[in-house]
Amino acid sequence: MQALYAQLLVGLINGSFYALLSLGLAVIFGMLNIINFAHGALYMMGAFCAYFLLSLTGLNYWWALLIAPIVVGIFGMILERTMLQWLSGLDHLYGLLLTFGIALIVQGVFQNYFGSSGLPYAIPDQLKGGMNLGFMFLPIYRAWVVIFSLVVCIATWFLIEKTRLGAYLRAATENPTLVRAFGINVPRMITLTYGLGVGLAALAGVLSAPINQVRPLMGADLIIVVFAVVVIGGMGSIMGSIITGFALGVIEGLTKYFYPEASNTVVFVLMVLVLLVKPTGLTGRAA
Amino acid sequence: MTALTDDTLPVAPRAVRDEMIVFVVMALLLISVPFSGIYPFFVMQALCFALLACAFNLLIGYGGLLSFGHAMFLGTAGYCSAHALKVWGLPPELGILVGVAGAFVLSIVTGYISIRRQGIYFSMITLALSQLLYFLYLQTPFTHGEDGIQGIPQGHLFGVFDLSKPTVLYYVVLGGFLGGFLLIYRIINSPFGEVLKSIRENEQRAISLGYRTDQYKFLAFVLSGTLAGFAGSLKVFVAQNASLTDVHWSMSGEVVLMTLVGGLGTIFGPVVGAFAIIAMQQYLAGFGQWVTVIQGSIFVICVLTFRRGVVGEIAHYFRRSL
Repeated sequence: MQALYAQLLVGLINGSFYALLSLGLAVIFGMLNIINFAHGALYMMGAFCAYFLLSLTGLNYWWALLIAPIVVGIFGMILERTMLQWLSGLDHLYGLLLTFGIALIVQGVFQNYFGSSGLPYAIPDQLKGGMNLGFMFLPIYRAWVVIFSLVVCIATWFLIEKTRLGAYLRAATENPTLVRAFGINVPRMITLTYGLGVGLAALAGVLSAPINQVRPLMGADLIIVVFAVVVIGGMGSIMGSIITGFALGVIEGLTKYFYPEASNTVVFVLMVLVLLVKPTGLTGRAA
Repeated sequence: MTALTDDTLPVAPRAVRDEMIVFVVMALLLISVPFSGIYPFFVMQALCFALLACAFNLLIGYGGLLSFGHAMFLGTAGYCSAHALKVWGLPPELGILVGVAGAFVLSIVTGYISIRRQGIYFSMITLALSQLLYFLYLQTPFTHGEDGIQGIPQGHLFGVFDLSKPTVLYYVVLGGFLGGFLLIYRIINSPFGEVLKSIRENEQRAISLGYRTDQYKFLAFVLSGTLAGFAGSLKVFVAQNASLTDVHWSMSGEVVLMTLVGGLGTIFGPVVGAFAIIAMQQYLAGFGQWVTVIQGSIFVICVLTFRRGVVGEIAHYFRRSL
């Protein structure tokens, strides 16, 4: 039973990463009409950012949690201003190809300097240790990742669905020309949206650094799983992305316990099943 | 789906003649390779990838479907052929047949699933399916995991042609490539190909004209996957192994890159792109991961400034279709 709870927790943690990443993908897709293939590479950059902050400047985990998303977000906004914005009006697939190229460049550069092995990143002192809940041992850091991710996800949902800024954002997704006519700077909003989505990826990267080590290819395989998550959940709804992300993480965790051989593939198999039963995805509207 | 063909060319009656001339020149150049002193292994490898890229181009360039998982057909056919040749001891022609049949079955299954969504979702689904297959091949015993199937006997094709002789093997691979290329050319210029192009241009209108577009896309997917499998089977004889590299997503990315560099939706573009990328890998092999960085940069440059690709730019300059 202990092992089952442990795997459930691992599943919840992976689910947090899926949720944070697919949330970012959905927000970016809504505004830019681009599937950001570089999302995994930027997640990795977030983790490396935390690593550099600690090893070069001595700034700890808490600073990394704040600074890494900003740094990577600015990097993302530069990418958007210099490259992605030129793709508006072109077929979707050029955005995919361009961001795939960016991912290759970023991952290649990091691999050159850091190889493929992982760099350790210590759990911050305040979150070390664990609690005995009676039925299982709960490492505090892992609980923190799940709760913090959940809070960030819900805050993002609130920002987009319940605030004035979010209303502008949703309106600009529907009809950018009209929103521009109202005097709102839509291109700047697009840039900021990309920065936000990418910042969420970097945040996930920082959170995962103490758990998964910091590796140049840590995002490469993850992004493909997240794509499957996005296909399952559809990109139409923010809450849908969050729930699907966590749910699939839990299912993956359960699979690790009951049938470990399939733990790598279960998300993809579920994607196939969903496509067979409901081709538009669980929350998606017909494309 | 408009932007893919923002430069649609008027189809001149000379087009077919131009294409035939270029094809004959290409065939003559390739036939003369063994007399030129160029390393035949390099050209054979490039020919396999050229066929793979042509098959991929059939789907993206004429059907408007970007598959990000075409490596799964290459790898699956490779594993099937390698297994048939090494374990079952089948002769080469049957080995190729087994590989192609494997890719055919796989393309029916994956096509049935992935064709249900369009555009960007289609790309993500094909990528996810190929990743699923990658993990399956990593675990099943018949692929020998990380080692792959090695030391595959080349044998005698039809009992006559000794494939262990480089020159013989070269002409067999060249024959396979030219056959596959002509088949794709025929498909593109058939009534089926015309319908496919109309779906790429405007699917809604094609539907309103009474075409069952899903069936056309499915058939295009199966043709493309099967031909990609043929390339994979040929590659087994060249490389004499079948490994996980051929199923990995980075391989799918390379195929996309080759076609993009040569020119999406051009007939000769994928061939030019494949030779360019394989040559680049050959010359830059000593630079380690910088090759990945360069590949990524080519992607970025192509998408931002050079969307027609090499052959597309040439064709555009001369106002011809190539």
